[in-house]
Amino acid sequence: MNIAVAIDQVPQRALPIASEAGPAPKRIVVAYGFWIFLLSDIVMFAALFASYAVLVRSTAGGPTGAQLFNQGTVAIETACLLVSSYTCGLMALAINSRNRLGTYLGALITFALGAAFLTLELREFAEMIAIGATPQRSAFLSAFFTLVGCHGLHVTLGLIWLIVMMVQVAVFGFVARVQHRLLCFSLFWHALDIVWVGVFTVVYLMGVSP
Amino acid sequence: MNFLGKLDWNAIPLDQPIVMGATALMVLIVLVVFGFITAKGAWLYLWREWITSVDHKRIGVMYCILALVMLLRGFSDAIMMRAQQAVAAGGAQGYLPPEHFDQIFSAHGTIMIFFMAMPFVVGIMNFAVPLQLGIRDVAFPTLNSVSFWLTASGALLINLSLAVGEFSKAGWWGYPPLSELQYSPGVGVDYYLWSLQISGLGTLLAGINFVTTILKLRAPGMSYMRMPVFCWTSLATNLLIVAAFPVLTAVLAMLLLDRYLGFHFFTNDGGGNQMLYANLFWVWGHPEVYILVLPAFGIFSEVIATFSGKPLFGYRSMVAATMAICVLSFLVWLHHFFTMGASANVNGFFGVMSMIIALPTGAKIFNWLFTMYGGRVRFEVPVLWSIGFMVTFVIGGMTGVLHAVPPADFQLHNSVFLIAHFHNVIIGGVVFGLMAGYNYWFPKAFGFKLDERWGRASFWCWLVGFYIAFMPLYWLGLMGMTRRMQHYDNLSWQPWLIVAAIGTAIILVGIVCQVVQLVVSIRSREKLRDVTGDPWDGRTLEWATASPPPAWNFAFQPKVAGLDAFWNVKHRAQATKDESTPARKYEPVEMPKNSATGFVTAFFAVVIGFALIWHIWWLASVGVFGAFATFLAFSFRRHSEFEVPAEQIARFERAHQAGVAA
Repeated sequence: MNIAVAIDQVPQRALPIASEAGPAPKRIVVAYGFWIFLLSDIVMFAALFASYAVLVRSTAGGPTGAQLFNQGTVAIETACLLVSSYTCGLMALAINSRNRLGTYLGALITFALGAAFLTLELREFAEMIAIGATPQRSAFLSAFFTLVGCHGLHVTLGLIWLIVMMVQVAVFGFVARVQHRLLCFSLFWHALDIVWVGVFTVVYLMGVSP
Repeated sequence: MNFLGKLDWNAIPLDQPIVMGATALMVLIVLVVFGFITAKGAWLYLWREWITSVDHKRIGVMYCILALVMLLRGFSDAIMMRAQQAVAAGGAQGYLPPEHFDQIFSAHGTIMIFFMAMPFVVGIMNFAVPLQLGIRDVAFPTLNSVSFWLTASGALLINLSLAVGEFSKAGWWGYPPLSELQYSPGVGVDYYLWSLQISGLGTLLAGINFVTTILKLRAPGMSYMRMPVFCWTSLATNLLIVAAFPVLTAVLAMLLLDRYLGFHFFTNDGGGNQMLYANLFWVWGHPEVYILVLPAFGIFSEVIATFSGKPLFGYRSMVAATMAICVLSFLVWLHHFFTMGASANVNGFFGVMSMIIALPTGAKIFNWLFTMYGGRVRFEVPVLWSIGFMVTFVIGGMTGVLHAVPPADFQLHNSVFLIAHFHNVIIGGVVFGLMAGYNYWFPKAFGFKLDERWGRASFWCWLVGFYIAFMPLYWLGLMGMTRRMQHYDNLSWQPWLIVAAIGTAIILVGIVCQVVQLVVSIRSREKLRDVTGDPWDGRTLEWATASPPPAWNFAFQPKVAGLDAFWNVKHRAQATKDESTPARKYEPVEMPKNSATGFVTAFFAVVIGFALIWHIWWLASVGVFGAFATFLAFSFRRHSEFEVPAEQIARFERAHQAGVAA
């Protein structure tokens, strides 16, 4: 059974004015707080994006983005991450239906795709470092590694979080606490997608345009 | 690789008598406090009731204690600077060598902003906001404890720098390239960066917590336009924290990458851009000014309405002005460096935006004045601070508008005129507001009032001392004196600097009066006792419960029917004289369990920070592992709440009602 409430079946007049309704239920409060955290995280990324935009031409005679970026790899990375968001959504549906097997399966595929993304990204970094395009080479590369690396760090933390959550599903089952955390994880994972769309556009697409 | 990284016995500056004296004093104070706790056998009590507490009131009190202690530390720096500049004229070098003087002004700014003003503001919000909203606790009580202890960790690290190593010499904003490894190879800047990163994380988490609390957990009936003004200004402040602190985290992280891994964000070579740091820093830094002052505005609104016995004049305009300031504060950062050399249009835009902020602020001043007009104002200590604020802040605000004119700013930039201006608004606005709030809510927190005579003495010393200390700086700035001078040749400055030093001494008397006020009040607490829970004839919900409030705050969830919720209830009850209030049945209350998570996390944060400052990589890994393990342990906890039995609540309420009736 799906536990999502059909809001249109509740008579609207019977509900008190939202702002006078008193303390919200725990699920709303947890998700709301996590939204606020995500907003703050996106503000941090905004600062990194701004720094990248300021420093993108400061190559100090070193390689430029157009010389370094490999569109093919980035396309695969993007595909991995976007599809992982879809499987994360499927996992959320399985959680709503209290379907353990579906949850594990969704988590497994999400994890695999996230790990694939990370592997490709690290390989890209390693290749760049191997040809001397290190973050110490120029301000542009410092900003590049920081922005993309910070996103990668978030993905890594997300993967660790996913493992912990699966252990918690196994130990506690679908209790409210675990469900709230899984909800937050979904929000986190989708937010990383949004940031990646920004990275993909600002760094990789604009980076190779003349 | 060295086992202890860069750390060895040379890190302790045994050759500097002033530093060692200060260190010895600090160690002595800590030992006395620890000895006192041990003598009283209070360690277990402290651990159970305070250190692991997730009660917003206790956390708020601990924030305020931290802030008051740090006020003493930051103020000692101020005295040393004023004393140095009073004597180091002409050929004289004073008693502080340049490298020590530079550390002192950096530490003074950092401590006063991050570890005095911030904890005090967050502490008062912590204490008052949930009570004013009529709820039992904040949205995430354990996270609240984590926030506090992370802030305390930052404060600990910064104080550690006094004894072990050195502090930053690059000013409280740590501008590169001076703060880069090339020019600051020591550990000072690292102390600065890590203590701000750790405490900044704590502040960000507190901000998230309070935005969620205010927007999602108000008592039934409390719509947005029925919230007390202090809750509104707290909301604005916490929105600013959520939107501004991540930028600080990002920019400090970039400087850390430059220093630790040789990146080139802000270096002279490799294409680094120093003005990027200045821009990002002030994108956080200007909202920070409003993060500090908006809650102070909220405190004044509560104090003035309460002690005038009138509803606040222009509540809606007050809310609108608060939110206008909240938005505008993000559009003015460039006025901190008009001299950067941006185009006239850019400077013009930021100049105009800076002047526009004066409008909502001015509207607030008039609202407070009109609230007092026609009221029966009781001149208690909080009101004195509020009136002192109104006079002082208007002067500071006007010199601020002067700075907003770019051509004038080119002359005033980096002069002590600027120093006078921002002390004028920060002391006159933030500190006076916090003192008003401290005197106002103290009886709520502890059940007895603060002694009034010593409170008045403290206020007058602060007020007079402030003017004597800072008005000369305006004059000196116009005479061309720049900030941060360890010594100077121009002998015509010296008389003014001596006057400023005398003013600082008067402020010191004010601070001593405050300490005495606290001691006297604790000693004669039975005489100052308030059993009603409503010593000031208050208007908002925090005065509806006992002083100090029980852990569950309210026996029944309050229902709100309008602005000034408690005032309305009080007066309706008096009008009807209805003695036959139906006896209500007490229900058990779910309360969050105490948790050591905050303290343990903070312990590991100190370990990580200290290890990274001294390049002790293995210890940093241990710290990260420990913090992660703590986090896991917390997340696998099975029971996070416990039930307070109805009988306990009923017993407490009966005792309180008996007190009110007596």
